[in-house]
Amino acid sequence: MKLYDYILSPSCYKVRLMAALTGVKLELRPVDFHPGAEHRGPELLALNPAGSIPILEDGDLLLTESSAILVYLAAQAAPEWLAGSKPEEAARVQQWLSFSGRLTASLGGARLHEMLLRPGDIGALQAQGIAALRELEAGLFEQAQRGKRFLAADRPTVADIACFPYVALAPDGGVSLDPYPTIRLWSRAVRALEGFIEMPGIHRLHELKPEPTVETGDA
Amino acid sequence: MTMQAMIDEWYPVGLFSQLDQAGRTTTLMEEPIIVACDADGHAKVTSGNGRTLPVLVRYGHVWSSLGEPRKELFPIPEADQPGRRFVDVGCVRVRCSPLRAVENFLDIAHFPFVHTDILGAEPHTEVQNYKVEIREDVDEVWATQVKFYQPLAAKSASGGITTEYMYRVPAPTCSVLYKTCPPRPSEWDVITLFVQPLAEDLCDVWPWMALFDDVTSMTDLIHFQQTIFLQDRSILENQIPRLLPLDPGMEIPTRADLTSVAYRRWLKRHNYTYGAQLVAQ
Repeated sequence: MKLYDYILSPSCYKVRLMAALTGVKLELRPVDFHPGAEHRGPELLALNPAGSIPILEDGDLLLTESSAILVYLAAQAAPEWLAGSKPEEAARVQQWLSFSGRLTASLGGARLHEMLLRPGDIGALQAQGIAALRELEAGLFEQAQRGKRFLAADRPTVADIACFPYVALAPDGGVSLDPYPTIRLWSRAVRALEGFIEMPGIHRLHELKPEPTVETGDA
Repeated sequence: MTMQAMIDEWYPVGLFSQLDQAGRTTTLMEEPIIVACDADGHAKVTSGNGRTLPVLVRYGHVWSSLGEPRKELFPIPEADQPGRRFVDVGCVRVRCSPLRAVENFLDIAHFPFVHTDILGAEPHTEVQNYKVEIREDVDEVWATQVKFYQPLAAKSASGGITTEYMYRVPAPTCSVLYKTCPPRPSEWDVITLFVQPLAEDLCDVWPWMALFDDVTSMTDLIHFQQTIFLQDRSILENQIPRLLPLDPGMEIPTRADLTSVAYRRWLKRHNYTYGAQLVAQ
Protein backbone atom coordinates (compact mmCIF):
# COMPACT_ATOMS: atom_id res chain seq x y z
CA MET A 1 0.00 0.00 0.00
CA LYS A 2 1.48 3.29 -1.09
CA LEU A 3 0.61 6.54 0.66
CA TYR A 4 1.38 9.90 -0.95
CA ASP A 5 2.29 11.63 2.26
CA TYR A 6 3.27 14.95 3.77
CA ILE A 7 4.74 14.89 7.26
CA LEU A 8 2.94 18.10 8.32
CA SER A 9 -0.47 17.21 6.86
CA PRO A 10 -2.99 16.22 9.53
CA SER A 11 -5.01 14.30 6.93
CA CYS A 12 -1.95 12.25 5.95
CA TYR A 13 -1.21 11.74 9.65
CA LYS A 14 -4.69 10.22 10.08
CA VAL A 15 -3.66 7.49 7.66
CA ARG A 16 -0.22 6.96 9.22
CA LEU A 17 -1.80 6.83 12.69
CA MET A 18 -4.51 4.38 11.63
CA ALA A 19 -1.89 2.17 10.00
CA ALA A 20 0.28 2.26 13.12
CA LEU A 21 -2.66 1.43 15.40
CA THR A 22 -3.79 -1.48 13.25
CA GLY A 23 -0.39 -2.82 12.27
CA VAL A 24 -0.71 -2.07 8.55
CA LYS A 25 2.55 -1.46 6.72
CA LEU A 26 2.57 1.56 4.41
CA GLU A 27 5.03 2.49 1.73
CA LEU A 28 5.42 6.27 2.10
CA ARG A 29 5.95 8.47 -0.92
CA PRO A 30 6.81 11.96 0.43
CA VAL A 31 5.16 14.84 -1.41
CA ASP A 32 6.84 18.27 -1.45
CA PHE A 33 3.64 20.10 -0.42
CA HIS A 34 5.50 23.11 0.99
CA PRO A 35 7.34 24.95 -0.44
CA GLY A 36 7.25 22.89 -3.67
CA ALA A 37 3.42 22.60 -4.17
CA GLU A 38 4.03 19.18 -5.72
CA HIS A 39 0.40 18.18 -5.00
CA ARG A 40 -0.61 20.72 -7.67
CA GLY A 41 1.84 19.30 -10.19
CA PRO A 42 0.94 17.10 -13.18
CA GLU A 43 1.93 13.76 -11.64
CA LEU A 44 -0.29 14.10 -8.59
CA LEU A 45 -3.14 15.91 -10.34
CA ALA A 46 -3.33 12.92 -12.69
CA LEU A 47 -3.95 10.74 -9.64
CA ASN A 48 -6.20 13.17 -7.82
CA PRO A 49 -7.77 16.03 -9.81
CA ALA A 50 -8.82 17.64 -6.51
CA GLY A 51 -5.14 18.40 -5.87
CA SER A 52 -5.23 17.18 -2.29
CA ILE A 53 -3.30 14.60 -0.30
CA PRO A 54 -3.37 11.93 1.11
CA ILE A 55 -3.68 9.57 -1.82
CA LEU A 56 -3.60 5.82 -1.19
CA GLU A 57 -2.76 3.34 -3.92
CA ASP A 58 -3.30 -0.37 -3.41
CA GLY A 59 -3.26 -2.36 -6.63
CA ASP A 60 -6.16 -1.10 -8.73
CA LEU A 61 -7.65 0.83 -5.85
CA LEU A 62 -6.99 4.56 -5.69
CA LEU A 63 -8.42 6.48 -2.73
CA THR A 64 -8.24 10.25 -2.25
CA GLU A 65 -10.61 10.80 0.69
CA SER A 66 -9.01 10.29 4.09
CA SER A 67 -12.16 8.84 5.69
CA ALA A 68 -12.41 6.23 2.94
CA ILE A 69 -8.74 5.38 3.46
CA LEU A 70 -9.30 4.91 7.21
CA VAL A 71 -12.22 2.59 6.53
CA TYR A 72 -10.17 0.63 4.03
CA LEU A 73 -7.25 0.13 6.44
CA ALA A 74 -9.58 -0.90 9.26
CA ALA A 75 -11.54 -3.29 7.07
CA GLN A 76 -8.29 -4.91 5.94
CA ALA A 77 -6.58 -5.30 9.27
CA ALA A 78 -8.76 -4.44 12.26
CA PRO A 79 -12.54 -4.54 11.69
CA GLU A 80 -13.14 -3.69 15.36
CA TRP A 81 -12.27 -0.10 14.40
CA LEU A 82 -15.38 -0.01 12.17
CA ALA A 83 -18.95 0.45 13.39
CA GLY A 84 -20.56 -2.64 14.90
CA SER A 85 -23.99 -3.91 13.94
CA LYS A 86 -25.96 -1.55 16.20
CA PRO A 87 -27.74 1.07 14.05
CA GLU A 88 -27.02 3.88 16.49
CA GLU A 89 -23.29 3.13 16.60
CA ALA A 90 -23.10 2.80 12.81
CA ALA A 91 -24.83 6.15 12.44
CA ARG A 92 -22.57 7.84 14.97
CA VAL A 93 -19.46 6.65 13.12
CA GLN A 94 -20.83 8.09 9.86
CA GLN A 95 -21.91 11.29 11.60
CA TRP A 96 -18.41 11.99 12.95
CA LEU A 97 -16.65 10.88 9.77
CA SER A 98 -18.65 13.51 7.87
CA PHE A 99 -18.17 16.03 10.67
CA SER A 100 -14.39 15.62 10.36
CA GLY A 101 -14.62 17.44 7.03
CA ARG A 102 -15.76 20.54 8.92
CA LEU A 103 -12.70 20.31 11.16
CA THR A 104 -10.46 20.14 8.09
CA ALA A 105 -12.11 23.14 6.48
CA SER A 106 -12.14 25.31 9.61
CA LEU A 107 -9.29 24.38 11.97
CA GLY A 108 -7.18 23.03 9.10
CA GLY A 109 -7.74 26.21 7.12
CA ALA A 110 -6.81 28.38 10.10
CA ARG A 111 -3.64 26.31 10.63
CA LEU A 112 -2.56 26.64 6.99
CA HIS A 113 -3.19 30.37 7.16
CA GLU A 114 -1.29 30.94 10.40
CA MET A 115 1.58 28.57 9.70
CA LEU A 116 2.18 28.32 5.96
CA LEU A 117 0.65 31.69 4.94
CA ARG A 118 -2.17 30.25 2.84
CA PRO A 119 -4.90 32.78 1.99
CA GLY A 120 -8.17 32.78 3.91
CA ASP A 121 -10.45 34.75 6.23
CA ILE A 122 -8.71 33.86 9.48
CA GLY A 123 -11.47 35.28 11.71
CA ALA A 124 -14.16 33.24 9.95
CA LEU A 125 -12.02 30.07 9.93
CA GLN A 126 -11.30 30.34 13.64
CA ALA A 127 -14.97 31.08 14.45
CA GLN A 128 -16.09 28.02 12.45
CA GLY A 129 -13.38 25.97 14.17
CA ILE A 130 -14.58 27.05 17.60
CA ALA A 131 -18.18 26.19 16.67
CA ALA A 132 -17.04 22.71 15.60
CA LEU A 133 -15.00 22.23 18.79
CA ARG A 134 -18.02 23.18 20.92
CA GLU A 135 -20.10 20.61 19.09
CA LEU A 136 -17.41 17.98 19.57
CA GLU A 137 -17.08 18.83 23.27
CA ALA A 138 -20.85 18.41 23.72
CA GLY A 139 -20.85 15.15 21.77
CA LEU A 140 -18.00 13.70 23.81
CA PHE A 141 -19.57 14.85 27.07
CA GLU A 142 -22.84 13.10 26.17
CA GLN A 143 -20.88 9.96 25.32
CA ALA A 144 -19.17 10.20 28.71
CA GLN A 145 -22.59 10.37 30.37
CA ARG A 146 -23.42 7.13 28.54
CA GLY A 147 -20.23 5.63 29.95
CA LYS A 148 -18.37 5.75 26.62
CA ARG A 149 -14.90 7.23 26.24
CA PHE A 150 -14.85 7.58 22.47
CA LEU A 151 -16.97 9.29 19.83
CA ALA A 152 -19.12 6.38 18.71
CA ALA A 153 -18.55 3.62 21.26
CA ASP A 154 -16.57 2.68 24.34
CA ARG A 155 -13.75 1.68 22.02
CA PRO A 156 -11.96 3.81 19.47
CA THR A 157 -13.27 3.72 15.92
CA VAL A 158 -12.25 5.25 12.61
CA ALA A 159 -14.37 8.27 13.62
CA ASP A 160 -11.98 9.12 16.45
CA ILE A 161 -8.96 8.94 14.14
CA ALA A 162 -10.76 11.08 11.55
CA CYS A 163 -11.42 13.84 14.10
CA PHE A 164 -8.36 13.70 16.34
CA PRO A 165 -5.55 15.32 14.27
CA TYR A 166 -7.18 18.64 13.35
CA VAL A 167 -8.53 18.99 16.89
CA ALA A 168 -5.16 18.29 18.51
CA LEU A 169 -3.49 20.79 16.18
CA ALA A 170 -6.08 23.55 16.69
CA PRO A 171 -3.56 25.71 18.62
CA ASP A 172 -1.38 25.80 15.46
CA GLY A 173 -4.18 27.87 13.92
CA GLY A 174 -4.53 30.13 16.94
CA VAL A 175 -7.50 28.25 18.45
CA SER A 176 -7.00 27.27 22.09
CA LEU A 177 -8.16 23.92 23.48
CA ASP A 178 -8.22 25.24 27.05
CA PRO A 179 -12.04 25.64 27.19
CA TYR A 180 -12.74 21.96 26.34
CA PRO A 181 -12.02 19.56 29.23
CA THR A 182 -13.80 16.60 27.64
CA ILE A 183 -11.87 17.03 24.40
CA ARG A 184 -8.64 17.06 26.38
CA LEU A 185 -9.57 13.81 28.18
CA TRP A 186 -10.45 12.23 24.83
CA SER A 187 -7.20 13.46 23.32
CA ARG A 188 -5.37 11.84 26.19
CA ALA A 189 -7.27 8.58 25.65
CA VAL A 190 -6.35 8.60 21.95
CA ARG A 191 -2.70 9.35 22.68
CA ALA A 192 -2.63 6.52 25.24
CA LEU A 193 -3.68 3.91 22.65
CA GLU A 194 -1.16 1.15 22.10
CA GLY A 195 0.81 1.81 18.93
CA PHE A 196 0.05 5.55 18.92
CA ILE A 197 2.48 7.64 16.86
CA GLU A 198 3.00 11.39 16.98
CA MET A 199 3.43 14.09 14.36
CA PRO A 200 5.07 17.52 14.68
CA GLY A 201 2.80 19.56 16.96
CA ILE A 202 1.22 16.49 18.60
CA HIS A 203 3.41 15.31 21.42
CA ARG A 204 3.39 11.90 22.98
CA LEU A 205 2.19 11.46 26.53
CA HIS A 206 5.30 11.94 28.63
CA GLU A 207 3.07 11.89 31.70
CA LEU A 208 2.31 8.22 31.13
CA LYS A 209 5.86 7.27 31.98
CA PRO A 210 6.13 5.22 35.15
CA GLU A 211 5.85 7.18 38.39
CA PRO A 212 9.21 7.74 40.03
CA THR A 213 9.59 5.58 43.12
CA VAL A 214 9.04 7.61 46.24
CA GLU A 215 11.12 6.55 49.22
CA THR A 216 9.02 6.51 52.36
CA GLY A 217 10.95 7.76 55.35
CA ASP A 218 10.66 6.53 58.90
CA ALA A 219 9.26 9.78 60.24
CA MET B 1 12.04 48.51 22.41
CA THR B 2 13.97 50.43 19.85
CA MET B 3 14.05 49.59 16.19
CA GLN B 4 16.94 51.87 15.36
CA ALA B 5 19.89 49.56 15.95
CA MET B 6 18.28 46.69 14.08
CA ILE B 7 16.80 48.67 11.21
CA ASP B 8 20.08 48.71 9.26
CA GLU B 9 20.44 44.92 9.28
CA TRP B 10 19.70 42.56 6.39
CA TYR B 11 16.66 40.29 6.76
CA PRO B 12 15.38 37.38 4.68
CA VAL B 13 12.14 38.28 2.90
CA GLY B 14 11.55 35.41 0.47
CA LEU B 15 12.91 32.46 -1.49
CA PHE B 16 14.71 33.52 -4.63
CA SER B 17 13.37 30.43 -6.44
CA GLN B 18 9.79 31.56 -5.85
CA LEU B 19 10.05 35.15 -7.05
CA ASP B 20 7.65 36.33 -9.72
CA GLN B 21 6.95 39.65 -11.38
CA ALA B 22 3.55 40.02 -9.71
CA GLY B 23 5.34 40.04 -6.37
CA ARG B 24 4.48 38.81 -2.93
CA THR B 25 3.29 41.16 -0.23
CA THR B 26 4.86 40.57 3.15
CA THR B 27 5.93 42.59 6.18
CA LEU B 28 9.26 43.69 7.58
CA MET B 29 9.23 45.15 11.09
CA GLU B 30 5.59 46.16 10.74
CA GLU B 31 6.07 47.84 7.37
CA PRO B 32 4.36 46.25 4.36
CA ILE B 33 6.79 45.39 1.56
CA ILE B 34 6.52 43.78 -1.87
CA VAL B 35 9.11 41.23 -2.94
CA ALA B 36 9.20 40.65 -6.69
CA CYS B 37 11.55 40.28 -9.63
CA ASP B 38 11.87 42.44 -12.72
CA ALA B 39 11.68 41.25 -16.32
CA ASP B 40 15.36 40.25 -16.18
CA GLY B 41 14.84 38.12 -13.11
CA HIS B 42 16.54 40.49 -10.67
CA ALA B 43 15.03 40.66 -7.21
CA LYS B 44 13.47 43.92 -6.13
CA VAL B 45 11.91 44.92 -2.86
CA THR B 46 9.60 47.91 -2.50
CA SER B 47 8.12 49.38 0.66
CA GLY B 48 4.43 50.14 1.05
CA ASN B 49 4.96 53.79 0.14
CA GLY B 50 6.83 52.93 -3.06
CA ARG B 51 10.38 53.34 -1.73
CA THR B 52 12.93 50.99 -3.31
CA LEU B 53 14.69 49.06 -0.57
CA PRO B 54 18.21 47.60 -0.55
CA VAL B 55 18.24 44.07 -1.92
CA LEU B 56 20.62 41.18 -2.33
CA VAL B 57 20.28 37.50 -3.13
CA ARG B 58 22.29 35.01 -1.10
CA TYR B 59 21.87 31.51 0.36
CA GLY B 60 18.72 30.84 -1.68
CA HIS B 61 16.93 33.84 -0.21
CA VAL B 62 16.19 37.45 -1.02
CA TRP B 63 17.46 39.83 1.68
CA SER B 64 16.37 43.38 2.33
CA SER B 65 16.44 46.14 4.93
CA LEU B 66 14.30 49.10 5.92
CA GLY B 67 17.42 51.12 6.75
CA GLU B 68 20.86 51.47 5.22
CA PRO B 69 22.95 48.35 5.77
CA ARG B 70 26.51 49.36 6.59
CA LYS B 71 27.88 45.83 6.38
CA GLU B 72 27.85 43.05 3.83
CA LEU B 73 25.64 40.11 4.67
CA PHE B 74 27.54 37.70 6.93
CA PRO B 75 29.65 35.13 5.05
CA ILE B 76 28.92 31.41 4.94
CA PRO B 77 31.94 30.06 3.01
CA GLU B 78 30.35 26.58 2.83
CA ALA B 79 27.67 28.05 0.55
CA ASP B 80 30.30 28.14 -2.23
CA GLN B 81 31.76 24.71 -1.57
CA PRO B 82 31.32 22.21 -4.39
CA GLY B 83 29.46 19.00 -3.64
CA ARG B 84 27.04 20.45 -1.13
CA ARG B 85 23.29 20.31 -1.66
CA PHE B 86 21.39 23.47 -0.86
CA VAL B 87 17.97 22.99 0.67
CA ASP B 88 15.29 25.70 0.65
CA VAL B 89 13.12 24.46 3.49
CA GLY B 90 10.42 27.12 3.01
CA CYS B 91 8.75 29.60 5.27
CA VAL B 92 6.95 28.84 8.52
CA ARG B 93 5.17 31.60 10.45
CA VAL B 94 5.48 31.60 14.22
CA ARG B 95 3.65 33.82 16.68
CA CYS B 96 6.73 34.58 18.75
CA SER B 97 9.51 37.12 19.04
CA PRO B 98 12.10 36.75 16.25
CA LEU B 99 14.76 36.75 18.95
CA ARG B 100 13.06 33.87 20.75
CA ALA B 101 13.08 31.86 17.53
CA VAL B 102 16.87 32.27 17.33
CA GLU B 103 17.37 31.55 21.02
CA ASN B 104 15.40 28.31 20.78
CA PHE B 105 17.59 27.28 17.84
CA LEU B 106 20.64 27.72 20.09
CA ASP B 107 19.24 25.55 22.86
CA ILE B 108 20.34 21.94 23.22
CA ALA B 109 18.74 20.91 26.48
CA HIS B 110 15.24 20.60 24.97
CA PHE B 111 16.24 17.98 22.36
CA PRO B 112 15.22 14.83 24.26
CA PHE B 113 11.86 16.28 25.27
CA VAL B 114 10.74 18.13 22.14
CA HIS B 115 12.60 16.22 19.39
CA THR B 116 12.23 12.85 21.06
CA ASP B 117 13.95 9.95 19.28
CA ILE B 118 15.37 12.30 16.61
CA LEU B 119 17.71 14.90 18.12
CA GLY B 120 17.65 13.43 21.61
CA ALA B 121 16.19 10.73 23.82
CA GLU B 122 15.87 10.05 27.51
CA PRO B 123 17.90 9.17 29.50
CA HIS B 124 20.64 10.94 27.48
CA THR B 125 19.63 14.39 28.71
CA GLU B 126 22.91 15.78 30.01
CA VAL B 127 24.35 18.84 28.27
CA GLN B 128 28.11 18.44 28.57
CA ASN B 129 30.38 21.41 29.07
CA TYR B 130 30.92 23.53 25.98
CA LYS B 131 32.67 26.78 25.10
CA VAL B 132 30.95 30.08 24.40
CA GLU B 133 32.49 33.36 23.34
CA ILE B 134 31.66 36.65 21.67
CA ARG B 135 34.32 36.85 18.96
CA GLU B 136 35.30 40.48 18.89
CA ASP B 137 37.08 40.38 15.49
CA VAL B 138 33.95 39.28 13.62
CA ASP B 139 31.45 40.49 16.22
CA GLU B 140 29.61 37.17 16.39
CA VAL B 141 28.43 34.85 19.14
CA TRP B 142 30.06 31.39 18.90
CA ALA B 143 29.44 28.18 20.83
CA THR B 144 31.86 25.34 20.17
CA GLN B 145 32.60 21.82 21.42
CA VAL B 146 28.91 21.16 21.92
CA LYS B 147 28.30 17.40 22.07
CA PHE B 148 25.03 15.57 22.32
CA TYR B 149 23.80 12.01 21.86
CA GLN B 150 21.31 11.88 19.00
CA PRO B 151 19.24 8.86 17.94
CA LEU B 152 18.69 10.21 14.38
CA ALA B 153 20.98 13.22 13.97
CA ALA B 154 20.38 13.68 10.23
CA LYS B 155 18.58 12.02 7.38
CA SER B 156 21.98 10.62 6.39
CA ALA B 157 22.67 9.10 9.83
CA SER B 158 22.07 5.43 10.51
CA GLY B 159 21.45 4.86 14.18
CA GLY B 160 22.39 6.94 17.21
CA ILE B 161 25.60 8.95 17.25
CA THR B 162 27.20 11.53 19.51
CA THR B 163 26.92 14.63 17.37
CA GLU B 164 29.19 17.63 17.63
CA TYR B 165 27.77 21.10 17.08
CA MET B 166 29.05 24.63 16.63
CA TYR B 167 26.61 27.50 16.79
CA ARG B 168 27.15 30.93 15.42
CA VAL B 169 25.02 34.09 15.62
CA PRO B 170 26.26 36.52 12.96
CA ALA B 171 23.16 38.78 12.90
CA PRO B 172 20.45 39.46 15.47
CA THR B 173 17.83 37.23 13.80
CA CYS B 174 20.05 34.69 12.05
CA SER B 175 21.91 31.68 13.30
CA VAL B 176 24.20 29.20 11.57
CA LEU B 177 24.69 25.72 12.96
CA TYR B 178 27.62 23.47 12.05
CA LYS B 179 26.93 19.86 12.77
CA THR B 180 28.69 16.50 12.39
CA CYS B 181 28.20 15.32 8.82
CA PRO B 182 27.56 11.56 9.03
CA PRO B 183 28.67 10.62 5.48
CA ARG B 184 31.72 12.94 5.52
CA PRO B 185 33.30 13.16 8.98
CA SER B 186 35.91 15.75 7.93
CA GLU B 187 33.23 18.30 7.01
CA TRP B 188 30.39 20.05 8.82
CA ASP B 189 26.78 20.09 7.67
CA VAL B 190 25.47 23.64 7.70
CA ILE B 191 21.94 24.31 8.93
CA THR B 192 20.74 27.87 9.22
CA LEU B 193 17.79 29.66 10.71
CA PHE B 194 17.04 32.94 8.94
CA VAL B 195 14.28 34.88 10.69
CA GLN B 196 12.23 37.65 9.11
CA PRO B 197 10.81 39.89 11.84
CA LEU B 198 7.24 40.82 10.93
CA ALA B 199 6.56 42.42 14.31
CA GLU B 200 8.10 42.18 17.76
CA ASP B 201 6.00 39.10 18.49
CA LEU B 202 5.55 37.60 15.01
CA CYS B 203 8.06 36.19 12.56
CA ASP B 204 8.50 34.17 9.40
CA VAL B 205 11.24 31.58 9.75
CA TRP B 206 13.23 30.46 6.71
CA PRO B 207 15.45 27.48 7.48
CA TRP B 208 18.12 26.70 4.89
CA MET B 209 20.74 23.96 4.67
CA ALA B 210 23.98 23.20 2.86
CA LEU B 211 24.60 19.47 3.29
CA PHE B 212 26.78 16.66 2.05
CA ASP B 213 24.20 13.97 1.30
CA ASP B 214 24.02 12.39 -2.13
CA VAL B 215 21.46 9.77 -1.18
CA THR B 216 18.45 11.40 0.43
CA SER B 217 15.82 12.95 -1.84
CA MET B 218 15.36 16.72 -1.67
CA THR B 219 11.79 16.24 -0.40
CA ASP B 220 13.02 14.01 2.43
CA LEU B 221 15.65 16.60 3.40
CA ILE B 222 12.98 19.33 3.50
CA HIS B 223 10.62 17.15 5.51
CA PHE B 224 13.30 16.21 8.05
CA GLN B 225 13.97 19.86 8.82
CA GLN B 226 10.28 20.82 8.76
CA THR B 227 9.56 18.03 11.24
CA ILE B 228 12.16 19.40 13.63
CA PHE B 229 11.04 23.00 13.28
CA LEU B 230 7.33 22.25 13.63
CA GLN B 231 8.06 20.41 16.86
CA ASP B 232 9.56 23.68 18.11
CA ARG B 233 6.78 25.88 16.83
CA SER B 234 4.13 24.95 19.40
CA ILE B 235 6.68 25.42 22.19
CA LEU B 236 7.74 28.83 20.87
CA GLU B 237 4.15 30.04 20.65
CA ASN B 238 3.61 29.24 24.31
CA GLN B 239 6.65 30.97 25.77
CA ILE B 240 5.94 33.70 28.32
CA PRO B 241 6.69 36.57 28.22
CA ARG B 242 6.32 36.79 24.46
CA LEU B 243 9.30 39.12 24.11
CA LEU B 244 12.81 37.89 24.89
CA PRO B 245 13.74 39.08 28.39
CA LEU B 246 17.07 40.93 28.50
CA ASP B 247 16.70 41.93 32.13
CA PRO B 248 18.76 39.49 34.19
CA GLY B 249 16.18 39.75 36.95
CA MET B 250 13.62 37.94 34.85
CA GLU B 251 15.09 34.48 34.37
CA ILE B 252 17.74 32.36 36.03
CA PRO B 253 19.92 30.57 33.48
CA THR B 254 21.81 27.36 34.13
CA ARG B 255 25.16 26.26 32.71
CA ALA B 256 23.40 24.58 29.77
CA ASP B 257 22.13 28.03 28.74
CA LEU B 258 25.55 29.60 28.20
CA THR B 259 24.92 30.26 24.50
CA SER B 260 21.65 31.95 25.30
CA VAL B 261 23.34 34.10 27.95
CA ALA B 262 25.98 35.21 25.44
CA TYR B 263 23.34 35.84 22.77
CA ARG B 264 21.28 38.03 25.12
CA ARG B 265 24.38 39.88 26.29
CA TRP B 266 25.42 40.50 22.67
CA LEU B 267 21.92 41.74 21.75
CA LYS B 268 21.96 44.11 24.68
CA ARG B 269 25.45 45.40 23.87
CA HIS B 270 24.33 46.35 20.34
CA ASN B 271 20.94 47.61 21.39
CA TYR B 272 19.39 44.88 19.23
CA THR B 273 16.16 45.03 21.18
CA TYR B 274 13.39 44.73 18.61
CA GLY B 275 11.44 41.76 20.04
CA ALA B 276 13.07 42.04 23.46
CA GLN B 277 11.77 42.98 26.87
CA LEU B 278 14.20 45.32 28.61
CA VAL B 279 12.72 45.53 32.09
CA ALA B 280 11.17 42.54 33.81
CA GLN B 281 7.45 43.04 34.31
